[in-house]
Amino acid sequence: MFMSSDIAKPGTTPERHIVQPTDAQHPTVLSTEGLHVFYGDKEAIYEGDLKFARNQITALIGASGSGKSTFLRSLNRMNDRIATVKGRIMYRGVDINQPDIDVYEMRRRIGMVFQRPNPFAKSIYDNIAFALRLRGVTAKNKLDEIVETSLRQAALWDQVKDELDKSALALSGGQAQRLCIARAIAVKPDVLLLDEPASALDPVSTSQLEDTLLKLKQHYTIIIVTHNMQQAARISEYTAFFNQGRVLEYDTTSQIFTNPQVQVTSDYVSGNFG
Amino acid sequence: MTKSPEQLEQELKRRSKAAKLEIWGRVVSFSALILIVAVVVAIIGFVASKGLATFTTNHVNLWDFLSGKNWNPSLTDAHGKPEVGALSMIVGSFLITVLSAIVATPFAIGTAVFMNEISPNRGAKILQPVTELLVGIPSVVYGFIGLSVVVPFTRSVFGGSGFGILSGTCVLFVMILPTVTSMSADALRAVPRYYREASLALGATQWQTIYKVVLRAATPGLMTAVVFGMARAFGEALAVQMVIGNAALMPHSLVDPAATLTSVLTTGIGNTVMGSLQNNALWSLALVLLLMSLVFNLIIRLIGRKGRLQ
Repeated sequence: MFMSSDIAKPGTTPERHIVQPTDAQHPTVLSTEGLHVFYGDKEAIYEGDLKFARNQITALIGASGSGKSTFLRSLNRMNDRIATVKGRIMYRGVDINQPDIDVYEMRRRIGMVFQRPNPFAKSIYDNIAFALRLRGVTAKNKLDEIVETSLRQAALWDQVKDELDKSALALSGGQAQRLCIARAIAVKPDVLLLDEPASALDPVSTSQLEDTLLKLKQHYTIIIVTHNMQQAARISEYTAFFNQGRVLEYDTTSQIFTNPQVQVTSDYVSGNFG
Repeated sequence: MTKSPEQLEQELKRRSKAAKLEIWGRVVSFSALILIVAVVVAIIGFVASKGLATFTTNHVNLWDFLSGKNWNPSLTDAHGKPEVGALSMIVGSFLITVLSAIVATPFAIGTAVFMNEISPNRGAKILQPVTELLVGIPSVVYGFIGLSVVVPFTRSVFGGSGFGILSGTCVLFVMILPTVTSMSADALRAVPRYYREASLALGATQWQTIYKVVLRAATPGLMTAVVFGMARAFGEALAVQMVIGNAALMPHSLVDPAATLTSVLTTGIGNTVMGSLQNNALWSLALVLLLMSLVFNLIIRLIGRKGRLQ
């Protein structure tokens, strides 16, 4: 029985087990230090210090309400207006949680894709060109080129290349979500945050999305929140397990799924909580 | 003890209290519907029959009525035809409607953006009651303020009598502002939150998000809001009548006395005899008003349908 009050018995297994990535080929790009997130008086996250390795996929797993989405949204300060985020969020040596950071410039480097595919009611082309035009890119050939490469990277180009003027709302769920990824990578971000990107998709679209992410890994550092543990196991190098606002366990994905150190993690990944 | 099928059937077919109540409910709501439809049909029928009498009984040419510039139903012109040219009033009505909508729209959308996007808390606390209060002020009060404040102001700035389209626009603009504002706010509120999030996550600033995403997505709703405001302005009688000067002449400037369809109706209808040409001509103006409000309604529906299709 997995209960909210479950804490492993002392002496048997550790209460927390955090192993930060130390792979020299994949240095840390983003990390949190002393991160605390409050919704009003309620503390949503109080122990969530993680380091994220470059060009790797890190999965954040945990039950609903465990704080993983809140954590993810804090990383590019999408929570600024609804929550208080304390602590440091270090991005390549700079604390981006300072008040005088230009969040708009920061979000160009740390992009985000949401749970629900959310294309704008514009054409496919205009969706991808949106952020570029905001930054003053107007040259048609430049836009054309970026739209094409973004769609290719998101594995959508072959399906939509003849109908770039069509409304993005006409796309299927899986296509729309890949469009959102293409839109996010059009500004060439460094880190890509994905908040349960496959939860509204059917299995075929999900698998295509996962293939896309595995290819994107070469260019981007990917942090993905997922409810689907097989998905985490399939695509990620590192996995963090969230429980009640804390990261209880963080290690390589294979460790988390084959040899979890914390009892609660073990119960969760083995589905032993019903 | 089990019941026989006959007993069970009888029990199931018996009209229970709940079933009777259901029939009652249907009868009541259906009769309400019939009554409303009947009233609307009766009004349209009555106005149409009276308004068309000018052309059928009094043999006024429809084109002369719509394009004639002289309005003096009790006199006849050189050819012996009655002077019932409604063009000046039609122009007056349209001018005042369009002008007040043009003035009101930026204020309304600006206020709606503030209420929804920039400061939702303060917006809800202060602006909501203010707009509701503005809707609740009777039009005679607006007219009176227009008469005692706006008209003298126009007079001192632009000269002339102060009565005219400009004063009417000033009054109407304030009158339609709350309608347009609250409907614009509704339109912005209907834009899904994930549009804003998508835009912000792409690094757009809040203003870029409002301008490029929220306002674009809300355009059909905003247009509906403006047309609603225009419909209200077009039909407003009392306040306009008090400040426009009521001279059924072609408006040559915004500060000359003019007239609208409504102002001529309210000033004239009490001074004519039922069945006379003078009276019928006023009914024709009412018919024009009615048709115009139908057109406004049609536009609103068309915009709404287009918005849904997007």
